[in-house]
Amino acid sequence: MTEVRTLFEKVWDQHVVCTETDDTPAVLYVDLHLIHEVTTPQAFALLRNLALPVRRPDLTLATMDHSTPTLPVSSFQDLKIVAASAAQQISQMERNCADFGIELLGFDNDNRGIVHVIGPELGVTQPGKTIVCGDSHTSTHGAFGALAFGIGTTEVGHVLATQCLLQRKPKTLCIDVPGRLPEAVTSKDLILAIIGHIGVNGGTGHVIEYRGAAIEALDMEARMTIYNMSIEAGARAGMIGPDDTTFAYLDGRPRAPRGAAWDSAVRRWRALRSDADAAFDRSVAIDASALQPMITFGTNPGMVIGVNDPVPSQSDDPTFRKALDYMRVEPGKPLTGTAVDVVFIGSCTNSRLSDLEQAASLLAGKRIADGVRMLVVPGSQQVKKVAESKGLDQIFLAAGAEWRESGCSMCLGMNGDTVAAGQLSVSTSNRNFEGRQGVGARTILASPLTAAASAIAGRVADPRRHM
Amino acid sequence: MEPLRTIQSRTVVLPTRDIDTDQIIPARFLTTTTRDGLGDALFYDLRFNADGSERADFPLNQPEATRCAVLVAGNNFGCGSSREHAAWALLDYGIRAVISTEIADIFRNNALKNGLLPVVVDADVHSRLIANPGAEIEIDVAATTLMLPDASKVEFPLDRFARYCLVEGIDQLGFLQQRIQDIQAFEESRPWKP
Repeated sequence: MTEVRTLFEKVWDQHVVCTETDDTPAVLYVDLHLIHEVTTPQAFALLRNLALPVRRPDLTLATMDHSTPTLPVSSFQDLKIVAASAAQQISQMERNCADFGIELLGFDNDNRGIVHVIGPELGVTQPGKTIVCGDSHTSTHGAFGALAFGIGTTEVGHVLATQCLLQRKPKTLCIDVPGRLPEAVTSKDLILAIIGHIGVNGGTGHVIEYRGAAIEALDMEARMTIYNMSIEAGARAGMIGPDDTTFAYLDGRPRAPRGAAWDSAVRRWRALRSDADAAFDRSVAIDASALQPMITFGTNPGMVIGVNDPVPSQSDDPTFRKALDYMRVEPGKPLTGTAVDVVFIGSCTNSRLSDLEQAASLLAGKRIADGVRMLVVPGSQQVKKVAESKGLDQIFLAAGAEWRESGCSMCLGMNGDTVAAGQLSVSTSNRNFEGRQGVGARTILASPLTAAASAIAGRVADPRRHM
Repeated sequence: MEPLRTIQSRTVVLPTRDIDTDQIIPARFLTTTTRDGLGDALFYDLRFNADGSERADFPLNQPEATRCAVLVAGNNFGCGSSREHAAWALLDYGIRAVISTEIADIFRNNALKNGLLPVVVDADVHSRLIANPGAEIEIDVAATTLMLPDASKVEFPLDRFARYCLVEGIDQLGFLQQRIQDIQAFEESRPWKP
């Protein structure tokens, strides 16, 4: 083909089995189907009812992360209420994977962890692939130049049965980020600023391509934080042309190609770039150099301010008022200095080694404030292992934090790790929705640096004052 | 799936913008392994107090909201997680259509696959519906029209394939299965294998 195309269009075109028409959507092939315990039981039940096999178990990889305990597994039985149904969900996942011949990275596996952490870590996430999962944060894998998006359980069933999805082609949105992130301003702050700028529906119907010097300068883990939260702007997927940073990250990963296969893959991957004058349906620019550490003040990730800025006043808007009432914050006043009850470092957004290292860099030799509960939950058992080999666990424990097994944990509180009603949490996760971290829990989203600084201060704090 | 051709109902109105899937069904109800009975969990933390009693001020708890099959919601309904439980909970509760000015992508896809109709209207029609809870409306799925209480009709966008599947009660998996030969040919002819 000679026409000018975006990166998204190139990857899309490579996976079209049947072209879309006015009457029918495209049949799109899926290269990697990641599955977890929460959004698959009903899909497997459908396959059982129809006596259908899984078409490509070899392109399907399972783990358990959402309803899993982050205390050592032996104490799983001690977790109350959610444990009975969660245990049932977990045992059903084990049975489904065994019956359908799918590899499961289960409790006894050193490679288990949050699905969006282990895909890249194993090197199974690769440029140019189509990757889906019954999980909205599948957008994470777009950091590698994959077309990766979340699907519902019915669609999980479609992919299990046919390895394909029925899809209408989305529009494209270019987000250009020139400049350089200032010190102590991380990719988490950047994506929060982007969502604040374009809104929680700013990317609806679009695939985002992030580009520009600030994005190119980031390492893979920092990039993943950005792509992960594309969905918080309403976009199902974000993409980037893979580059030397991408290849260096993947080289030598357990499931990345090796030898001649690696060389040929890299040659193919280098062609995955938007053509110079490819047209996007929309374009937005945001200057990285002007940013500061960001925090949310309301009940969605678009309600965001600089860490020292006052909460905006929009008192005539009932949705805005409701959010402020829920959060018990006052318009016109900054949140710095507000007492914090819980600090959570974890989730598919910020639970990788570099996230833990950033938090540990502030906490080394210090104690968290009295009355603050701090939970540090590595994104995978591998992250946990490497962090422990570097002594990060000792820094967290000495500071008074809890050091856990991997999992989604307090991001959504499905496993019993919750924030109590009314408590204020500074969290490195992705959603500050009402009740997300527990019934009545109030969540401020922030970077690992801001979260660690807030744990030390016992109040919402600017990390630049603690470095 | 049962065919969905017309919906005739009074509306129940949740005017708030950006109602996310955690509000539609909180995560602690997702440890289920079936899709049954989720209506009890619908909007749980908005519908019920901590002691389990109903919140009198929540629109779905008003006596006139009983048996309403059409939910009118603020902009960007269904944002957030991919949990199909949100669509299942609405359907199990008795909601057959959601009307808003914008509906989040994954939620919309999930809704359509379960016979829950997403209806996007312009700001003018939306503000009239928001201002008039309990309005009697009629939706013709095949014609993609919404009839308002004053008998005026507005068209709404609906993907042709989705409409066909809704009106005929067709499960999309069957359509994909008919393409298995194409899928196999694609797998065999690819220049690289995943």
